[in-house]
Amino acid sequence: MSDTTGHPAYLAHHFADAEQQRESSKLGMWIFLVTEILLFGGLFCAYTIYRSWYPQMFLDAHRALDVTMGGINTVVLITSSLTMALAIRCMQLGQRQNTLRLLWATLLLAGVFLVIKYFEYAHKFHLGQLPGKYYTYTGVEGTNPHIFFSVYFLMTGLHGLHVIGGMGVIAWMIRRTARGDFSADYYTPIEMTGLYWHLVDLIWIFLFPLLYLIG
Amino acid sequence: MDTLRPAQNYLNEPRGWKSWLFTLDHKRIGIMYLAAILLAFLLGGIFALIVRLELLRPGADLMSADTYNKMFTLHGAIMIFLFIIPSIPAALGNFALPLMIGARDVAFPRLNLASWWVYVAGTIIALYSIFAGAVDTGWTFYTPYSTQTTTAVISMTFAAFVLGFSSIFTGINFIVTVHKLRAPGMTWFKMPLFVWALYATAIIQVLATPVLGITLLLLIFERLFAIGIFDPAMGGDPVLYQHFFWFYSHPAVYIMILPGMGIMSELVATFARKTIFGYRFVAFSSVAIALIGFLVWGHHMFTSGQSEAASMVFSALTFLVGIPSAVKIFNWLTTLYKGQISFETPMLYALWFLCTFTIGGLTGIFLGALVVDVHLHDTYFVVAHFHYVMMGGTVMAFLGGIHYWWPKMFGRMYSEFWGRIAAVLVFVGFNGTFFPQFVMGAQGMPRRYFDYVPEYGTMHAASTVGSWIMTLGFLIMATYLIASFWRGKPAGNNPWGALSLEWTTTSPPPPHNFDSQPVVTHGPHDYDKIIAPSTLAGR
Repeated sequence: MSDTTGHPAYLAHHFADAEQQRESSKLGMWIFLVTEILLFGGLFCAYTIYRSWYPQMFLDAHRALDVTMGGINTVVLITSSLTMALAIRCMQLGQRQNTLRLLWATLLLAGVFLVIKYFEYAHKFHLGQLPGKYYTYTGVEGTNPHIFFSVYFLMTGLHGLHVIGGMGVIAWMIRRTARGDFSADYYTPIEMTGLYWHLVDLIWIFLFPLLYLIG
Repeated sequence: MDTLRPAQNYLNEPRGWKSWLFTLDHKRIGIMYLAAILLAFLLGGIFALIVRLELLRPGADLMSADTYNKMFTLHGAIMIFLFIIPSIPAALGNFALPLMIGARDVAFPRLNLASWWVYVAGTIIALYSIFAGAVDTGWTFYTPYSTQTTTAVISMTFAAFVLGFSSIFTGINFIVTVHKLRAPGMTWFKMPLFVWALYATAIIQVLATPVLGITLLLLIFERLFAIGIFDPAMGGDPVLYQHFFWFYSHPAVYIMILPGMGIMSELVATFARKTIFGYRFVAFSSVAIALIGFLVWGHHMFTSGQSEAASMVFSALTFLVGIPSAVKIFNWLTTLYKGQISFETPMLYALWFLCTFTIGGLTGIFLGALVVDVHLHDTYFVVAHFHYVMMGGTVMAFLGGIHYWWPKMFGRMYSEFWGRIAAVLVFVGFNGTFFPQFVMGAQGMPRRYFDYVPEYGTMHAASTVGSWIMTLGFLIMATYLIASFWRGKPAGNNPWGALSLEWTTTSPPPPHNFDSQPVVTHGPHDYDKIIAPSTLAGR
């Protein structure tokens, strides 16, 4: 990647050296991830409040969720986090083909997650377990069960949007890796994608027990 | 060389409108922000004048109550989301921060450009909602009314949501830039205090804005699907909306004022030719304000039915913010003490700030006190208080900052004579507008009413006349600033004899800020130690 002067092509003009550039990207990405956590934080807060107000209803309503599907999705997402981490490792070692394979695996697993999510959503739409005024299901005991489904759809929906966004970024990384943008010396964008993807995974790891396993 | 404009500077190189709209240069992005923000200020100001005109006399003179509600909502929403939050950080901060720490650019130039385009997109959505029937909820979009009204709440809140991204992008950029891109020798305690203030602001921007984002999304979903989270009829809680909203919006008040305080430190040190008294205290007080600002949101809700215990805690925490704010005020006053003060236009605005912000801050303590607030809640006293803080604080500092960095931005001086005249008119007009509102508020005039009993007539008339005097000041300011492009004398590198790094490069600066990497050897305000006769010769 370096030209004859020893100045790497990927180094932006306003940085003194590659290390400074990498450190800046990392810090920026971490701060961005903090903002993401706070975005979800509002929903976690709403969850906490309504669960403390309607504990029995939350308990009854959560039984409508499919633990098997949620469980499989958890495994799928954790596995995708692993393939993402391995992709970064391979790029650090300069193994471009392996990186590509692992990024494709991550993308595929993310797709599997969304497909399973689609089946879960479709089932709930069918039964009328919908948020707010569209809630028509009658099988849940307790007052205001629509609030549980409002919270469920908001949290998993926002998470799903993040999965879709992540897939876009991973696809872009696949293209850039195939094009030869990265090497053992420069792999920062893949690393940052990895950080983001781990956050998406991590948020799901909180959502799964809170929504599917309460009790 | 001082009198010559450099042949190649960031304004003329490269050329063409595309080189501006897609520039990655922080200075150009700062100027584009400045232009956009001043347009927003003009628009918000016109709405303000309409509101004041309606209130000139009791009775319905100009418009219906519905139209009036839309007018003050648009005034508030535009001034808050489009003008005052981005004003200093995005416009002046973008221009000055990298220059002040000796960097060639901000850490993420593309993200910086994106933040400007996101701002423009948010502005367009906000303007769309004006034509789609406007909004009549007040800028806070309180539920349950905001879920019921037929006006364009969804597009206006979505605009605010989009603008939040612009704010977050700027915040991330500034934090990383300050951490990673300081010039050799620029230690944390050699950073100019404006940089410290922007750093503290950026912390709030990234920590608070996402919460507003999710709150506004929830409100949009509440309107679309009646999700029930804020609707008491469906088991929800409208006060939860207030908690969420003020968890952002109270820290946002410090997004508005902290950068202004940073400008104050620059102005006071430069125009009194003294080292800032207690530099470290001023620096840390910015961070302290940023952090305490997160703990006081409940003081907006003393009368909302939250628990008494919560109200008392929030009241006590609110008093706590007064401490770092007072640290700043006292340190500026001590800096001025026995200084060689010169009263150029930027310094006049710094003095206005000291007067008006102090009044605004102290009346904030009144409102933070639980008992007093119950009486003053939702009266004109509150209106006067936050205008004294936001306009008397932030806008005065913003105007001081524009006049201070104008020669650096454009390489030309404006008319000092007209600058001082406008400054006096703005000060007189400002106090004329808002001081009567304290009196009215204490007497019980409720805010947001479009009609009132004749007893308040004199005060309202005085307030409206004040707004005209202030407008005259702004018109004069616009005239001489625009005229300076053609008639202004070349500014030279350092017209004020200031010591921070941005004054060591040419005016306007070259595209890459500095011809060679600056190395920092002294503090930014060390006027006591560094006497630089060459830089003072032009004064």
